[in-house]
Amino acid sequence: MESQQELEVVKTCKCACRGTSDTRITVGLATCGIAAGARHVYDALLDEVKKRGLDNVKVMQTGCIGVCRLEPIVEVIEPGKKKVTYVSVTPDMAARIIEQHVVGGDIVKEFTVRLDTGGETADSAITSIADTEFYDKQRRIALRNCGIIDPESIEDYIATGGYLALKKALTEMRPADIIDTVKASGLRGRGGAGFPTGAKWSFAAAEPPGQKYICCNADEGDPGAFMDRAVLEGDPHSVIEAMIIAGYAIGAEEGYIYVRAEYPVAVSRLKIAIKQAEEHGFIGKNILDSGFDFKLNIRLGAGAFVCGEETALMTSIEGKRGEPHPRPPFPAVKGLFQRPTVLNNVETFANIPMIILEGPEEFASVGTEKSKGTKVFALGGKIKNTGLVEIPMGTTLRTIVEDIGGGVPNGKRFKAAQTGGPSGGCIPASHLDTPIEYESLVAIGSMMGSGGLIIMDEDNCMVDIAKFFLEFTVDESCGKCAPCRIGTKRLYEILEKITEGKGEMEDLELLEELAVHIKENSLCGLGQTAPNPVLSTMRYFKDEYIAHIRDRKCPAGVCKALLKHVIDPDKCVGCGMCAKNCPTGAITGKLKEKHVIHTDKCINCGVCAEKCKFGAISKG
Amino acid sequence: MAKTNGLCLGISEQEARLKDYIEKTGRDPSLLLSYLQEAQEIFGYLPEEVQVIISKETGIPLADIYGVVTFYSQFSLVPKGRNSISVCLGTACYVKGAGDILARIKELLNIEVGGVTEDGLFSLDATRCVGACGLAPVVLINKDVYPKMTVDAVEEVLKKYRNKEEPGE
Repeated sequence: MESQQELEVVKTCKCACRGTSDTRITVGLATCGIAAGARHVYDALLDEVKKRGLDNVKVMQTGCIGVCRLEPIVEVIEPGKKKVTYVSVTPDMAARIIEQHVVGGDIVKEFTVRLDTGGETADSAITSIADTEFYDKQRRIALRNCGIIDPESIEDYIATGGYLALKKALTEMRPADIIDTVKASGLRGRGGAGFPTGAKWSFAAAEPPGQKYICCNADEGDPGAFMDRAVLEGDPHSVIEAMIIAGYAIGAEEGYIYVRAEYPVAVSRLKIAIKQAEEHGFIGKNILDSGFDFKLNIRLGAGAFVCGEETALMTSIEGKRGEPHPRPPFPAVKGLFQRPTVLNNVETFANIPMIILEGPEEFASVGTEKSKGTKVFALGGKIKNTGLVEIPMGTTLRTIVEDIGGGVPNGKRFKAAQTGGPSGGCIPASHLDTPIEYESLVAIGSMMGSGGLIIMDEDNCMVDIAKFFLEFTVDESCGKCAPCRIGTKRLYEILEKITEGKGEMEDLELLEELAVHIKENSLCGLGQTAPNPVLSTMRYFKDEYIAHIRDRKCPAGVCKALLKHVIDPDKCVGCGMCAKNCPTGAITGKLKEKHVIHTDKCINCGVCAEKCKFGAISKG
Repeated sequence: MAKTNGLCLGISEQEARLKDYIEKTGRDPSLLLSYLQEAQEIFGYLPEEVQVIISKETGIPLADIYGVVTFYSQFSLVPKGRNSISVCLGTACYVKGAGDILARIKELLNIEVGGVTEDGLFSLDATRCVGACGLAPVVLINKDVYPKMTVDAVEEVLKKYRNKEEPGE
């Protein structure tokens, strides 16, 4: 097929109803949207449009719009008008939107976006998400098409400039030019470690010609992170386009995307996108008449966190146990099937088309001296606006938490921001003004990580959180090297002892000593970073550890073994329900008089609190 | 037809489907994970008999196959319940109380994580992160996602699956 000409034709054309007089209604159909019921809304919109015979209205699916909390999200885009964002839409509301807005021309104000970001009031005139503070402080490069285009339509991708970067790379640039461009952009790996992407490519390119591979790490294993899923579900072609460009740059004619089996929607959209790219001649033989061939395969992970580590990932693609092996040799020399391989993360790839098309200077103009461009974060936990945000590097954590995220809900106090998943750390309020950069986050004991950003409030116990992450790494340690296999288990046991109220002050030194050993002696990144959650919580929240050990108290009221049930005398009416149901006879009191719990007999089962109809019994 | 936990060896239809898949994809040892995924889709789990089939078809030693099956958490050596419950224990879900939800399900079904109820109706797993963190805490039952779960809602949700079973059984 004549892809080159077609690219131009499509770009300037009528497809996907861009630039026409049609009204587009988009529905966010990423995993979050689907889970919130967006498919029913999509069907209801289609039905209504069909029923009314609205030929000039197109109902489309799109990827993640960003504010997961407000799903299902529907946007109405009429030519020449500002788009309108409807949130928490139900099928009934969908019908009303068609009737009143699309047909009647009158925006359904009460359904439009209401974001609690502090600055605006509930009766504000804002009807588009683009005008909210949530979007205002963001800069979208990797997510440029997410929530805008139909991820299952290659025409839609092309209409927004898709595959033009590939065309430019293959027809106007030599492989070395591409590598220089990526180097000049300053792009660093978005998987977390931040290795310069251009340098990585140049190592593999320098290897003698022959079979080489491009791999994409889409095994987003960090709990609390969904950036890569959002990109794959919302804009799969951008990753595919970048992989072909990378293949051309290093001389690799075959690529693999290793994606989690837990992401069925992403897998299905990737498969569709690869097929479309093949049909359009962007994958296959003699791409865009350049003489370059490229083949792209998908491999599904099978649930092993360690496979996010590059050497383990490649071993897994080979069909084996996903165990890491020592470097050197680095994958750029000996990677997949013992051949030179470049492995990049989904978000890293998603930046490439923009860098090629708009030039490295444009990309490097965003961000800070050592950390260029933007970073996508999955904002979750105790925060008002949970969702997906992309901010310029150098933005402070405070901006993300307070301005974009809208702060902590229910009037609770912010306690910590966790970045980097099980490899990262907890950042306390005193460091909220730290700019987001690879180096600055490491300096405060955390790391950039892949982009999970979980907010914790006063109700979260930091010792419990450290234990949570250690339980994770114990479970996910592949078992190959002893420091990680045995060390993380011992760390976990000590934390368990502390949360059960059996800790001793010496345990704190032991934790630290063990943590350092594990960091220094583990074979791969999993083990080397596994102690970080313990070290960072000990650094900033040592008082909580001490309270657990010395006072046998959990200040946040989480660690069950340390909690005692008490009866609030002001609320107790003396009904006797608690005493009647207490299995150990630990509650006494006369009918219609205040009851008392005897701590020596109480086993903290909580039955009394459950049975009390007056909310008089609580843990404290 | 006697159905032993979803596995009907001897009824060769399932076996034929698996062999056909391996044949069509070129008996490629590097596709072992795909073969196991397909086999688990067909049989529901991966008992020794199924691993033997894959070993014979691909030439990969049975010991290696067993090593791979036991390495990845997706693969199961024991049959699952007819409804598979996964409680997400990713960080976002955890800080919003997923642990209490898991405890409630354990209590109601009287099984531990990894277990199956006596009637085979439910199996329970804790999963690491389904990536729906914006809707935390999340519980998956089969392919249904239950966003923003609460401890109190658990019983009602499980009841739906119990009721579904009754007419047919």
